Amino acid sequence: MTELHTDYMQEGKAPTFYLEEEHHPEGSTMLGFWLYLMSDCLIFAVLFATHAVLGRNYAAGPSPADLFDLPLVAVNTSMLLFSSITYGFAMLQVERYEKKATLFWMAVTALFGIAFVSLELYEFAHMIHEGAGPQRSAFLSSFFTLVGTHGLHVTSGIIWMFVLMAQVAKHGLIPENKRRLMCLSMFWHFLDVVWIGVFSFVYLMGVLG
Amino acid sequence: MFSDTDLLKFVFGRLTLEAIPYHEPILVATFVAVAVGGIGLVGLITYYRFWGTLWRDWLTSVDHKKIGIMYVILALVMLLRGFADAIMMRLQQAMAFGGSEGYLPPHHYDQVFTAHGVIMIFFMAMPFVTGLMNFVVPLQIGARDVSFPFLNNFSFWMTTAGAIIIMLSLFVGEFARTGWLAYPPLSGADYSPGVGVDYYIWGLQVAGIGTTLSGINLIATIVKMRAPGMTMMKMPVFTWTSLCTNVLIVATFPVLTATLALLTLDRYAGTNFFTNDLGGNPMMYVNLIWIWGHPEVYILILPAFGIFSEVVATFCGKRLFGYASMVYATVVITILSYIVWLHHFFTMGSGASVNAFFGITTMIISIPTGAKMFNWLFTMYRGRIRYEVPMLWTVGFMVTFVIGGMTGVLLAVPPADFVLHNSLFLIAHFHNVIIGGVVFGLMAGVVYWFPKAFGFRLDPFWGKISFWFWLTGFYFAFMPLYVLGLMGVTRRVSQFEDPSLQIWFVIAAFGAFLIALGILSMLIQLVVSFIKREELRDTTGDPWDARTLEWSTSSPPPDYNFAFTPVVHDQDSWWDMKKRGHSRPVGGFKPIHMPRNTGTGVILGAISVVFAFGMVWYMWWLAGLAFLAMVVIAIGHTFNYDRDFYIPANVITQTEGKRTELLASEV
Repeated sequence: MTELHTDYMQEGKAPTFYLEEEHHPEGSTMLGFWLYLMSDCLIFAVLFATHAVLGRNYAAGPSPADLFDLPLVAVNTSMLLFSSITYGFAMLQVERYEKKATLFWMAVTALFGIAFVSLELYEFAHMIHEGAGPQRSAFLSSFFTLVGTHGLHVTSGIIWMFVLMAQVAKHGLIPENKRRLMCLSMFWHFLDVVWIGVFSFVYLMGVLG
Repeated sequence: MFSDTDLLKFVFGRLTLEAIPYHEPILVATFVAVAVGGIGLVGLITYYRFWGTLWRDWLTSVDHKKIGIMYVILALVMLLRGFADAIMMRLQQAMAFGGSEGYLPPHHYDQVFTAHGVIMIFFMAMPFVTGLMNFVVPLQIGARDVSFPFLNNFSFWMTTAGAIIIMLSLFVGEFARTGWLAYPPLSGADYSPGVGVDYYIWGLQVAGIGTTLSGINLIATIVKMRAPGMTMMKMPVFTWTSLCTNVLIVATFPVLTATLALLTLDRYAGTNFFTNDLGGNPMMYVNLIWIWGHPEVYILILPAFGIFSEVVATFCGKRLFGYASMVYATVVITILSYIVWLHHFFTMGSGASVNAFFGITTMIISIPTGAKMFNWLFTMYRGRIRYEVPMLWTVGFMVTFVIGGMTGVLLAVPPADFVLHNSLFLIAHFHNVIIGGVVFGLMAGVVYWFPKAFGFRLDPFWGKISFWFWLTGFYFAFMPLYVLGLMGVTRRVSQFEDPSLQIWFVIAAFGAFLIALGILSMLIQLVVSFIKREELRDTTGDPWDARTLEWSTSSPPPDYNFAFTPVVHDQDSWWDMKKRGHSRPVGGFKPIHMPRNTGTGVILGAISVVFAFGMVWYMWWLAGLAFLAMVVIAIGHTFNYDRDFYIPANVITQTEGKRTELLASEV
């Protein structure tokens, strides 16, 4: 006997068909932002898949072993990993409602982010200078697009960081801002995870050949 | 400094006067018609002093009902454009025999079939489906709006912006000549150096942003905003199919975005993803685009299945047969749709094992679909069937779709596909499922929910006329194409040698003419219903004696949808409320928290048209400025924290009081 039938059988007991109080569905922002991140993740999935197919098509041009400067990439990776830790510190301060400390750690995170993007731009400029630009081969097209798309994401994250810092400075750690900080947190850590994929599959495995 | 030509080049990019097709009489006539129509519309709006209302209550509205209606209006406008393309093709193919070249030169014909496909899928079917989901889903789950009302408005305007970009190509420059999926290398810079493919790319990219965001929005809405008591297995079937469709949207549209972005880089930055040299691989594109493209057809058909489920249950006066199996079938189709994409290019040569895998997964999809068909039949079995217009569309669908489904299974057999690939048999097949499935479903949905949206029913006489023209027109238009396809005629051909084929094309053109009458009858139906609106008025809010929550509120629903949130005990919750004698609350209303309208969405949409125009014509300064403006406006929007307000209790008391009087006058 399902719940439904017993419900019908309770004669005389008038069921409630309307909620007297205002209905407060729980917030959907976190779920919505997760869904957005997953959709973004698919964009990266396509770029990774493209790199998997085209990543060995050097067209008689340079290969990863010729191009990649692993120590530089390792430094770059550490910039991004540190920035994730410092954003974590910022979120801890949010929980304590320490506005100034939050802003401080956000600024540190943004600086690490800027360092990451700058190193990446340096690497790109260096490669293009050596004649290994995105037009040279399918491998380089997919390399620049995958790494560049990640870099663009980090750049937007940095802009978002500054916008949010202004908003936190102006309005404090109100619920709206806490929600936004949480979203940026998810975004930032997501980019970190993607980068670990880039570092492993594009750089390390690329050099292994 | 700049010489004059340099300056011109900087300002206008590659846009020159030659890009305006004033030497093509068909386009000039179209332009004149559009211009006259546009000026007439602007005149009417001005005459009736409608601009203020239009801006405040519609363009800037975050109300899911109004956004849904605007989506459907966009879809109907684009249906007319897409159908104009269709009838041009039918006419050309019926004429161009025995040395006659017809009236469309090949370069124009190629643009027409590309535009037809792009418009019908992206700007007719998609906004139509999204519009109905937008309007119906929050009402069906007892919510007051979607999860992210501003995002909803923004999504709509991005979709509209995409449509405008595609329409611009008609009068400034040209459209792609590549077919609706723009396969490289044909769509690459070498073989399509003009602006056509660029219009295609930017139109779809802008609209794609809107589609993805609206997908996220509706998933969040369905997961988080259901009325208390509505567990997942008590959701109406249309809501279930909407959920699955939106999951597919979020799981596939990013793939389209990324794929088109790679094609963009090939065309704009000289990369080698899909080129024939320096290691590029055009088949990468074909794989990627169909990883989006196959789920896309299920994105369109699943909501149609949902509509048929609602219509069958309502007009047979019975609970839907096999609710749980219907839900599971929908979910299984959702998952399977993701692992069949390769059947679109069995001829690629990926080998017998790969083709066998994708052939088998494709055939398996027919099982849950067949289960659905039987569920609808068993719902009808011993039901008290009322053959109102939505039910007619449903029965028409059941017959037609089964034929389309069976030819689909034929095409899923790889050896057969080697013969039928890219033939008119394929064209007949997918029109059979898209018209017989999606379009019939959307028509049924419009007639079914129209009274909810506007407060009066559509005139049934003209509705029936429209249905019969569409149904017979469909068979006349596409059955000959099956025959031609079996004889080996391929798609996208503008002239023919063999005169024995002509009769089939003439019959097909006659079918297209019947469908034209069907569309005309639908327009007449709208006008007649508006004139007779008092006679057709729905005062009860439940004109069909239906079963789900959207019918428990007034027609049209108040801004806040439900004065009190309903509590759900059963899968057919409104039927349950009627059967167990609910009493509608008439007092004790409380203020209701609502989102505020905003113009940011429409402004961003407009600027994205400018951005796309700049990119298409290489006017880099314009594209750059537009992009910067979008970023600044979007950031500016986040500085506005004052986004909601309360509808005061006395306003609600007034609105609900009027409804109480109306309901009392009815009894």
